[in-house]
Amino acid sequence: MNKTLLILQREYLTRVKKPSFIVMTFLGPLLMVMLMVVPIFLATLSETEVKKIAVLDETDWFRAKFENDESYIYSYVNDDLDSLKAQVLRGDYNTLLYIPKPELNIPVNAILFNAKQASLSLKASIRNTIKTEVENRKLLSSGIDPEVIKSSKTTINIQTIKLDDDGQESKSYTEVDVALGMITSILIYFFIFMFGSLVMRGVIEEKTSRIIEVMVSSVKPFQLMMGKITGIALVGLTQFLLWVVLTLGLYSIFALIFGPEAMSQLPVGSNVMAQNLATEQINNNAQIAQVFEVIHSIDFGVIIFSFLIYFIGGYLLYAAMFAAIGSAVDNEADTQQFMLPVSIPLILGIVLSGFIVDNPDSSIAFWLSMLPLTSPVIMMIRIPFGVPYWEIALSMILLVAGFVFTTWIAAKIYRTGILMYGKKVNYKELWKWIRYQ
Amino acid sequence: MQFIHIQHVTKAYANHLALDKVSLSVPKQTIYGLLGPNGAGKTSLIRIINQITAPDSGEVFIDGEKLQPKHIAHIGYLPEERGLYKKMKVGEQAIYLAQLKGVDKKIAEKRLKLWFERFEITGWWNRKVEELSKGMQQKIQFVVTVIHEPKLLIFDEPFSGFDPINVNILKEEILRLREEGATIIFSTHNMSSVEELCDNIALIDNGIKILEGSVKEIKQQYRTNTFEVHLTGVSGGFEGPLPNGFQLITKTMLSPDEISASIRCEQHVKANDLLEFLMPYGQIVSYKEVLPSMHDIFIQQIESQKNKN
Repeated sequence: MNKTLLILQREYLTRVKKPSFIVMTFLGPLLMVMLMVVPIFLATLSETEVKKIAVLDETDWFRAKFENDESYIYSYVNDDLDSLKAQVLRGDYNTLLYIPKPELNIPVNAILFNAKQASLSLKASIRNTIKTEVENRKLLSSGIDPEVIKSSKTTINIQTIKLDDDGQESKSYTEVDVALGMITSILIYFFIFMFGSLVMRGVIEEKTSRIIEVMVSSVKPFQLMMGKITGIALVGLTQFLLWVVLTLGLYSIFALIFGPEAMSQLPVGSNVMAQNLATEQINNNAQIAQVFEVIHSIDFGVIIFSFLIYFIGGYLLYAAMFAAIGSAVDNEADTQQFMLPVSIPLILGIVLSGFIVDNPDSSIAFWLSMLPLTSPVIMMIRIPFGVPYWEIALSMILLVAGFVFTTWIAAKIYRTGILMYGKKVNYKELWKWIRYQ
Repeated sequence: MQFIHIQHVTKAYANHLALDKVSLSVPKQTIYGLLGPNGAGKTSLIRIINQITAPDSGEVFIDGEKLQPKHIAHIGYLPEERGLYKKMKVGEQAIYLAQLKGVDKKIAEKRLKLWFERFEITGWWNRKVEELSKGMQQKIQFVVTVIHEPKLLIFDEPFSGFDPINVNILKEEILRLREEGATIIFSTHNMSSVEELCDNIALIDNGIKILEGSVKEIKQQYRTNTFEVHLTGVSGGFEGPLPNGFQLITKTMLSPDEISASIRCEQHVKANDLLEFLMPYGQIVSYKEVLPSMHDIFIQQIESQKNKN
């Protein structure tokens, strides 16, 4: 069997078999699904018990203003306060709402008597009702009809429509684009750092355990480096795919348990997170419908394809550098000085993401999405906003070229570094290694 | 029949010459000692034979062929700084390393079983390397070095870290490997093992070969014509300077009439001349030429090399 393949196999299998990998793989989707499902679960739980509330209203302003719903039933009573308190304690009512007669020009007060602590939502709902009623009364007393105020409230809804070169119109929703771009780029960012440092630690491990000399007497350093980088890339892809599959799987299991109605409140599909974020800002049903419409019109083919390319390409570009850093040092503590310049472009990409989102077509955005060191992050932010295909293609070609270049440089550092011990390495030294024939 | 032939190999690093036109010949099926102080260039030379690095100039031939990547499968290398993947299981790891040397997985498994039986370590197969003691790890490392049945074995300080019992086991294995046809290069500071095991040696210092040849010949070459004698029934004598051609180096009176002495003779003096000279003094109990140890030759050569510079 090909030696690089053998190395790849070992790197992959030893990592995939690790308990930490298995735990992470199952915990990730579980947490994700929990995040979506637990609120619904809790909501269904709290609806089970109907609470009875006695209202002792001395002002007589709020008769029939408190409306019964699934959780609360209001009954208006006229007993004296002490006997009502006793009834609450006996359990005839869950709560006693007491609204004393206000003295002149003093705001209305309300007191809730409970056997246990009153729930926050009940407090909020009562406060709201009282507030509306008192406001209405004030308006009426100044001669204003509350209906006028009500009808003057307006919701503005701006629809955005993208115009294509070929004259086609498609509905767009900026919030969705932002969420999609941010999430994909942050995923790439984390993937590069997480698995890049895995490569680095793997190299350091081989160096400190001194197996490296045995290895290089059997295989070329380049084969060893590439086997490690690709093996770990596959570990990353495996984990990512398992996350997607498991999340969807767990999600549908929960959907079966809670019934489709509860789940229909939740967005469905691979872009669950994107929609979650988007829906947080949008409470209006019509808007949600619009978001769905937009999501269906988004070119997921392009996004998924570019995501995979930048995901893998970006990783390969950086992994080679991480391998070179690992080879140049004797232990992990010494990696700091070399890590900084390598991580700056990536961090810069994330820091600038806010600006890119606002100006996806600015020249800074364009150039950063061409530069291989930043393009995996920046281009993924831009793509949901619509980027010409030639730009994506050029950026990908540059990324591949960049990957070949960093790997070539890194291999030179690597092959010298792995056999070098006990030497504090600086940049001058690295430059020397690169120039060795 | 030369198995390894190294021709004018030169290797320079940033600011020093690690090897300066070194030429060596290792005969087939022999044990060849590569000696030299630290930093002499031994590791550089070993790395060149292993194709870890390439020489700046000069050539290496193995079994008559120019050294090339395919030869990796025929070389087994035990580096001085040993190591294995700590978290990997012993059996799995040995098979993996054998596969990297081009051995088929099934064959590797079979051979590994034999080796484990020979070393009586069959119970270690599924244990992680980090669970083993250092000496145990060394044994595994040795097995890993030879599992692909290489024609050329390179051992760099193979005995360091072994207890005396295991050193003996290892020596036997090395000799057995030679009997089975392997050629062995053996880099070490341990001079006693050199005399015991090596057929030929080369001495390298500062990147230059200063001595090469069979152990026997070198010892002959560096003989000083010194003899150790033991006499009884001595009645006086050995006082004052000895006659021409003889030089008294040491003298010990074991009892009033018993003496032990080492005497250096000049080149032209034959062993029998010394005997004749000694006979009148008393009964000769023992009489033996003192050959220099490799240790002495090593130090003497390195010192004289230093003085030259």
